[in-house]
Parts: sequence; structure tokens; C-alpha cells
Amino acid sequence: MTAPVLSIKGLTKAYPGVVANSDVSFDVYAGEVHALLGENGAGKSTLVKMIYGLVQPDAGTMTLEGKPYAPTEPRAARAAGVAMVFQHFSLFDAMNVAENIALGMENPPRLADLAGRIRDVSETYGLPLDPFRIVGDLSAGERQRVEIIRCLLQDPRLLIMDEPTSVLTPQEVEILFLTLRKLTAEGVAILYISHKLEEIRTLCDTATILRLGKKVATCTPSETTARELAEMMVGTVLHTPERSGRALGEVALELRGLSLRSPSAFGCALKDISLSVRQGEVLGLGGVAGNGQDELLGALSGELRSAPDMVRMHDQPVGMLGPMERRRIGLLCAPEERLGHAAAPDMSLTENAMLTGSQREGLERRGFLDWGRAQSFAEAIITRFDVRTPGAANAARSLSGGNLQKFVIGREVMQRPEVLVVNQPTWGVDASAAAAIRQALLDLAAGGTALVVISQDLDELMEIADRFGALNEGRLSAIRPTSELSIDEIGLMMGGAHDMAVAHV
Amino acid sequence: MLKLEKRPQPSQAWIYLAPLVAVIATMIAGGALFAILGKDPLVAIRTIFYDPLFSEFAFFYRPQLLVKGAPLVLIAIGLSLGFRAGIWNIGAEGQYIVGALTGAGVGLAFYPLEGWFIFPLMVMAGALGGWAWAMIPAVLKVRFGTNEILVSLMLVYVAEQLLASMALGLMKNPQGFGFPGSRNLQQYPSAHNAELIAGSGMHWGVVAALIAVIFAYVLLTRHILGFHIRLTGEAPRAARFAGVNPARLVLICLGLAGALAGLAGMFEVSGPAGRVSIDFNVGYGFTAIIVAFLGRLHPVGILLAGLLMALTYIGGEIAQSRLGLPAAAIQMFQGMLLFFLLAVDVLTNYRLRLARREVA
Repeated sequence: MTAPVLSIKGLTKAYPGVVANSDVSFDVYAGEVHALLGENGAGKSTLVKMIYGLVQPDAGTMTLEGKPYAPTEPRAARAAGVAMVFQHFSLFDAMNVAENIALGMENPPRLADLAGRIRDVSETYGLPLDPFRIVGDLSAGERQRVEIIRCLLQDPRLLIMDEPTSVLTPQEVEILFLTLRKLTAEGVAILYISHKLEEIRTLCDTATILRLGKKVATCTPSETTARELAEMMVGTVLHTPERSGRALGEVALELRGLSLRSPSAFGCALKDISLSVRQGEVLGLGGVAGNGQDELLGALSGELRSAPDMVRMHDQPVGMLGPMERRRIGLLCAPEERLGHAAAPDMSLTENAMLTGSQREGLERRGFLDWGRAQSFAEAIITRFDVRTPGAANAARSLSGGNLQKFVIGREVMQRPEVLVVNQPTWGVDASAAAAIRQALLDLAAGGTALVVISQDLDELMEIADRFGALNEGRLSAIRPTSELSIDEIGLMMGGAHDMAVAHV
Repeated sequence: MLKLEKRPQPSQAWIYLAPLVAVIATMIAGGALFAILGKDPLVAIRTIFYDPLFSEFAFFYRPQLLVKGAPLVLIAIGLSLGFRAGIWNIGAEGQYIVGALTGAGVGLAFYPLEGWFIFPLMVMAGALGGWAWAMIPAVLKVRFGTNEILVSLMLVYVAEQLLASMALGLMKNPQGFGFPGSRNLQQYPSAHNAELIAGSGMHWGVVAALIAVIFAYVLLTRHILGFHIRLTGEAPRAARFAGVNPARLVLICLGLAGALAGLAGMFEVSGPAGRVSIDFNVGYGFTAIIVAFLGRLHPVGILLAGLLMALTYIGGEIAQSRLGLPAAAIQMFQGMLLFFLLAVDVLTNYRLRLARREVA
């Protein structure tokens, strides 16, 4: 076997109160896709930040192509041949592709020369991209290409990719995988961070699994089942949510030709959305982020008003009602953004329980608030949903993302909704907590609640939804029973490859 | 090297300590300032903070504490509601002037009729005047999205011109030998906001300020409207999700602030000031902004901060006359209070840490 491109020995990094990485060692070889796997908070990001020079390790050493490697800043890492594609893009919407790439370079060549090089790289690796298009007009998949090409222009020896597929449709994922395989064939090493197990099993040659900052295993993903991988990540045996057979009642929520302009300039307008959900039914809505999910949730929560008839509940028009009136009749929502939207960061959990629970839980009488009852309500949520916090008096922002998510979902579930709409219910939540949340949603449906689950996690939707539809540029696809759908069909419903021609030959 | 590190939760201790530390830091920096001006810093600080309360002439200054503190507290309470919700009314001075004009206007219109109903009518007119003046930035913001900071601030200067015009024209005392200024309401018993206990400084404005403190306290801690005000300030998106109507909140907060500032103006013109004159306003509306922040936007804090600020006003005046300190030095001293408070405030959400110099 050849010498590793990157060799990590005993890397340790501690932050006040938490050890992010403890004695992590592994090797990444040329021509392999090496997966870095772990739950949120397992220490993946810190590890990668150390490799990319954003953070300095407390202990341990790294070797890059046989030479000692200790980057003090990303610039040094790039000079040494390490490139990284971040999960969140750093692109300027108002500039074109070539200008954006030039901005990230030390000594940018003339724009025309750069455009030529961009064209070369994009053709070689099957990443079609016009250097003169404005970034603001590109799809998420195309923006990611800009970031990838930016990295490839540096001729990297090691390419780090942080959750690259979270913004892609299945078809776009396939194109990306072809590109990555082409790169490895040329001897580039790829460090691939993800928590999507199936994806890692198809793409990656080796996987290193982190749990609580420590390496727990290195394995060959194609020879390991997704369940085994997940259990190594979590450290416990997973329990799959149970769907009990349930009788569907009458239509609880109905949208009739819902069209709405987005309140924000970079938002996505909703175009003629029609759907209906019955009591006891779970409707799953998939789609790449930014295709109208936030707007749809707003239109259902009452933050955005529409014509009365566009949103109907129990056959009554409710489109003109505000959030409070909708809660009163049992239409409850849990938005995606936990801090700042679903919860106020600096307020206590008791106050955050008051935020949506004031009416249905009787925490308010003629405008006067009953903080004692609000506290009991908050404590009930904490107990039932196993929210890890010292108490209800703690500020929402002191909770980890997953724990706050449990609180936010629990707060709505415990109010016995007639219709519950959730956006990304398990985003950033560890696998066992995610299973608990899904179980709670299914239990709610078994009790006769109509559920709309908006999510980008297709596995999750397949697991809990009875019917599936996809949002694409503000339009809703036809809605079909999940049992008869294949992943390819779902991809097409999500908009396919977003009209990006594939140049792989 | 010192490093700031974000605390997981705001520190409860620092929320209460910060104003105290700020006052002490102000005394030190202010003392240094006075020393540079060639005055004995200890004497100057004693003159400002101690003499008004405990010197042999304190009997004369103590009532002034209430007289000066009441309008500050009344205005600051109103402002704090808006500030909590992220609605920045900087024009309380203007609302104060207009409240004084409408209040005094009603009183003067009845002159020389005597009746028990005149003073209550003036109170209502004062509140209404301030409210109406605040509604201008409120409605413009709600309808056209204008910036309430600019509009409310600019309306202060409009109100000052209106005051001058009234003092020189419509409200000028017909028996005043041509001098500008209205009749003296102190000499019109039905309209006079007299001391409730002679020599105490306690007038109806003080009562109103105390009621406002209690009202604001209950509103913010026990009522859904107060909860929504706090929620809007902390997380506007979460507030909309909870069902808060932002436009309604702008109207309510600016309206309440305007009404309270108007009341303060009305109590001042009918009591301590006595008449509408060109130089009627002395900046209470602006100082109240400092009071609101010094008091942590908390009703009880504002009460204490208002008294402290009144103390520096009175002490400052004594220091001016007795030690010959320039008026600007006193204003700077008051400004320092806010400056240090904002600086120390950082420690509520961050802690200081000695950082090891990292080896590259």
C-alpha cells in the first residue's frame, strides 16, 4: 500500500467544558474517499477545522505527504494542497461565477484567463458551469459546483467536503459522485463528512466513525450495514419507529390553489399549491431547501396570510386568520429554525412554553399570565421528551440544538393539535432522539391528528409518511402513496437534476 | 491577553452589578476629569452625590429630587416599553413639549373660571397631546416603513418651534407687558399642579410616575402584552410566530411613550415651571433615554436610575455655583454614566478570560 496523503496521530482539542476531539488517529490514502462519520457534536467539524488550519490542536501531530503539517491558518492549508468545500457557501449573489472565484484567490489571473481555466476544469470533471453567470441565479447544486471548482483550481492533494449532499436532489448527488470518483482516479484523496449512511455506503472506500470526540472504529462501509454504522455512531441499539395501522378520518386540512409571494427578496413564491390531509394521516413534503418550505410553513402557521379559501380546516376557510386564531382551532406548527423563530434564544424554557402554549394550555386568563402553570407545562415537556437541561428556568440558547428541537416539537405535540405542521423535525438531532420524535409524531397521528411533515431527509419521510409530495420552486408535485415510490421517482419529483446537463462521458 | 468569551446564559449577578460598577467607574473617571480642570475631585464628587441629600442645605435640595426625578421616570418608563420591543422613540422631548402645550392650553382656555374638573381635563389633554405627537412617527412607520428614530427626533425640533410660537403668540400672557410666555398657572388654583405636601416636592407628577412604575412592572411580568413586547425585542421572528402583530405593537409602544411624556410635560408646565415659555424644555426627554438604559429597561431600575440622574442634575448645579465647574463638565459626567454602563454591560453576556498566547 502507498503512503497516506494525510496521517493524523493523537489529535486532541478541548474547549472550555467540552473535549471536542480526544486522541483521534487515522490515515487518508491517495485515491480513496474516506468518510468521517458521526452524530452532531461527535467532533467532526472540529477535526476538520484543525486539518484546514482554522483551529490549532492542543496535542497530536499531522503529516501531509510524509512532511509534518501544522497549518496555522487556512491559507497555509491551501498552500500545502488541502482544499475544503463548506456546507454553507460563501458566495456573493450579485457577482458572476468567475468574479466569485477570483475573490478567493491569492493572485487572481485576468478574468478572461480565469474563465478559460474554469471552463477547462468544469469540462474535465463533468461540472458544467458558465463562468459568466450571476451566482444569484444559480441553483444550490450549481453553487456547490462553484465552490468545488474553486477548490479544484488549486490542484489539491486532499479535498474535504462537509455534508455536500444536504442541498442536492438524488440526481444531483449522482453527478457529484461521478465527479468525486474522477478525482480519486487521479490520485486525489477525499475526506467526506456526512451522516447519510446509504450515501457513504455507495461512495466511500473507508469510514472513520467518531463518537463523543473519540474514534470508535474504522471500517469498510460497503461491507457494513447502515444499521451497524448507525449503531456505532450512537453507541446503542436503535429502535425503529412503529407504525400502527390506523383508520383515516375526514379531511382535516386542505389547501386550494395556494399562491403567495415570499416576504423576503431571496425567498420562493408559492405557486398554486393544492393538497389535503386526513385525520390520522401523515403527509410528507420533500424538496431541496429554499424551494418554498419556509413560505409554506408561514402560510400554514398564519405568519403569512392568504385568501381565506386557500387554506381550509375542517372545511372552514382559515387563510385570513393569524397565528393565535389558528392555534385556537387546533392548527399548530413547528418551524425549522429553532433559535429565533420557534424559540426566543435568551428567554427561559418557561417563557418559551408560554410562546405558543398560552391559549391551548390555559396559561393566560384575560391577558394575565399564569407563570406557575407555564412552568409546569415546560417541565412536562422536558420530562416527556427527555430534554436534557438543568431546569425550565434555563435560557433556550443554553440547550444543544437537538435538545431544543425536542422541546420545540414537544411543545406543539403536547398541545393536542388537530393538525400539526412540522418543518425539519429531526434536523441536527441525534439518531436516538430523532427516533423518539418520529415516534411521537406517529403516535399523534394514531390519535387522529393530521400531520404535515416537511423535511429534506428522504429516509425520514419514507419512514413515517403515508403519502409524499415534493416542493420544487414553490410548486407542489403530484402527491403519491410512499409505499409505491422509488428513490429515482422521488428525485424526479424534486425537480430532477434541476436542468443541469451532465457532461460525464 | 484578555479575551471575551460568550456566556451560555446571561449572568444574573452582572445584570444587577453592572449599574453599580458603572456608577463607580463614572465617579473615578469624572473625578479625574475634575482634577484635570483643577478642582479637588473628592470635593466635587461629594458636592454632586452627597451634599444634595445630607448637607446643611439639604432640606432645600431634597424636594428637588422628586421634582426633577418624576418627569425623568415618567418618560423613561414609556420609552423603556418601546426599547424593549426594539422600537426606538428618540423624540420624547417633543412629546413632552406638546403634552405641556395641550395641557396648558386647556387650562388657559378656562381662565379665569374655577372648577374641580379643570385639572383632570388638563391631565387628559396632556396625555392626548403627547400621544398624538408620537402617533406621527408611529403611523408613518406602520404605513410607509419610515424610520421612527429619525422622524421622532426631527419632530422634537418642530415641537420646539411650536413652543416658541405659542409662547410668543397664541398663549402669550395678555397682561404680561409684552414679555413672551403664558400666564403663570401657579397663580390659577384650578390649573395649578401644587405640592400635595408643602415643602416635600411631592406633586401629582410624582404620583403619576409611581403609578407608571407599578403599571409597567405588572404589564411586563404578568400580562400577555408585556410578554409580547419583550418577545418582539428578543426575537422578532419568534414574536410573529407567536402571533404578535408588529404594526399594532409599534402603535401601542409609541402611543404609551408619547402619552407618558405628554403627562410629564403637562405636570411640569402646570407645576414647577408654571408657564409656557420659550425655554420651557430642559432636555428631560433626552436624559430619560439614559435613565431608561441605566435602569436596565426595568421599571424598578428606572425608578432608581431616575432618582440618581436627578441627583446628578441637582448636585451638578451646586457644583457649578459653588465650585465653578463648567456646565459642560456636568453633562459629560452624565454622559459617562451611560458610556460606562454600556461598556460594563458586555460582561452580562460575556466573561473575561486570560488567554494563553498561542504558539504558532
